[in-house]
Amino acid sequence: MLSIEFLLNALIAGLLLGGFYAAMSAGLSLSFGLLDVVNIAHPAFIIFGSYLTFYVNEHFGFDPILAGLVFAVPSYFLGVAVYRIYYNCFEKTGAESLRGLVFFFGLFFLIEVILIITFGVDYRLVRAFYIGKSTSIGSVGIAYRLFVPFLVGGILAAVLYLFLTKTFFGRAIMGVAQDSLAVQLMGVDPIRIKTVAFGIGIATAVIAGSLLIIIGPVEPTIGREYIGRVFAVTVLGGLGSMTGTLVGGLILGVAESFTSSFFGPSWALAVSFGILLICLAVRPSGLFGR
Amino acid sequence: MSKERKLFLIVAAVLIVGSFLITTQMENRFYYKAAYVVLQYVVLATAWNILGGYTGYVNFGTAAFFAMGAYTAVALIKTWKPPLYVLLVMGGLVSGLLGLGIGYLTLRLKGVFFSIATLALAVVLQMIISNWSYVGGGAGTAILKPRSVPMFSNYDEFLFFVMAALAVVSVAVAWLIEKSWVGRGMAAIRDNEEAAECMGVPILKLKLFATTVSGALMGIAGAPFSYFVVYIEPTSAFHLDYAVNSLAMPMIGGTTTWLGPLVGAVLVGTAQQIATVTLSSEMNLLIVGSLLVGFVVFAPDGLVGLFGKIRARLAGREA
Repeated sequence: MLSIEFLLNALIAGLLLGGFYAAMSAGLSLSFGLLDVVNIAHPAFIIFGSYLTFYVNEHFGFDPILAGLVFAVPSYFLGVAVYRIYYNCFEKTGAESLRGLVFFFGLFFLIEVILIITFGVDYRLVRAFYIGKSTSIGSVGIAYRLFVPFLVGGILAAVLYLFLTKTFFGRAIMGVAQDSLAVQLMGVDPIRIKTVAFGIGIATAVIAGSLLIIIGPVEPTIGREYIGRVFAVTVLGGLGSMTGTLVGGLILGVAESFTSSFFGPSWALAVSFGILLICLAVRPSGLFGR
Repeated sequence: MSKERKLFLIVAAVLIVGSFLITTQMENRFYYKAAYVVLQYVVLATAWNILGGYTGYVNFGTAAFFAMGAYTAVALIKTWKPPLYVLLVMGGLVSGLLGLGIGYLTLRLKGVFFSIATLALAVVLQMIISNWSYVGGGAGTAILKPRSVPMFSNYDEFLFFVMAALAVVSVAVAWLIEKSWVGRGMAAIRDNEEAAECMGVPILKLKLFATTVSGALMGIAGAPFSYFVVYIEPTSAFHLDYAVNSLAMPMIGGTTTWLGPLVGAVLVGTAQQIATVTLSSEMNLLIVGSLLVGFVVFAPDGLVGLFGKIRARLAGREA
């Protein structure tokens, strides 16, 4: 009954899914992991991106990934605006812990309700030439609808990694994460850096949204399922570590894939929260924690 | 007994008797249903505020405690159909224990991690209940209301009276906590946990007390739920609306006093009942969401805080 092929298939599917999970969590790793902005609305921005992609795909036949990349630009400014509000109302007055959290929770809920009102509660999906096809290496099947998001997600994580370690701005972000006062003394405005970083976080969320709707149909309230996942990946990988986010995503993907293969898909959701709870209890700094 | 406490108890007793007298006069069943929902939110918002507003730990998992109360009741009804007060006690007990467990989490989890853990709890519990066929599983189960109760003309009126009494009791509990050293200790935890500990506030005991009482009240509010809706299924019992509303109502009313959640729940709850009838349930959620974000951004102390400011300004002008 338990064949090698079965295990191998589950493993490959899990790894592919995991690459996507990493892409989904990269933005959160940036805003929450590095800059302590508890953007609990991150999954809602992902779903928002999915619906933007759906809209232009349905009406103008845009390729989903192209749509995601195009929408990443305006969503950067959306992120900047959200962070400005957050900073002025909460961070500046030191009220971020309770009210800031509630603010993002309210934002999450608002985005969800607005999507329901505009698009209804039906599942939506996109069309593209690579969706629905698959290839096989030996006995292992690889569906393109999983492979493409894996690829794009991997590239996204790699670009973010290079950005953070090689460019001036990226290093400034890391600097703010380590010691915001020191950065300020070097003549860099930490708030401006944080604004840019948060904007990039939202932009990646929207790209991840276009990947999500390639993987499967999306409905407005699906974001809730991803709160656990994105936070599990970010915490498991270690806050603010891009390598950690990638590894964390892969671990979660494989764990979920095996769980749904052995116990049924309805238990897969418990995996992320289980990992999250265990990780917080045993090693809150994660695998690659600073 | 202080004069203030005497007055408070008298008002509470009058309200309970008053709600009983209403049931002997009013006929329209819709109003009872609507009032039940509003009163249920008074309990939930007050319970949330004991942990969130007084102690500063944001609970996103109200639905988990509420639904555990409801499903404890369902399990009991399926086995031996005990009277309602047993359901209330057992629902409160189970959710109180759940709250105690969550309380121990606060040892390691602060801020957002605590909040996510409560959300995780709700998702995991919903999954377990959905896979537990004895209480109906994911498809849900129908619950038969008792045919009649003495002194009440129908069961909805009885449930309304029970929820009114529970609302009064929970506000009284919040009031008692707030006026005692326990409430002051909780406020100290909210403002600065380390400093509070250094000053000798028994922070773990107080946090455990807060999570337990808060959870138990939510469970008690959930216990009569299956009788109220007649058909119970996990999606409705664990609905995110409970988490959002029970957090939005204190935020809109004001989180630092017992009055805030009460005002918030009555106003927002009533507005929602009207909006559901006249507009649509999505619009009503949009209103709550916008109010929540708006109040958090523009009026962080809620309506109670706003009134306080206006009163202070008026007093200043007179002087």
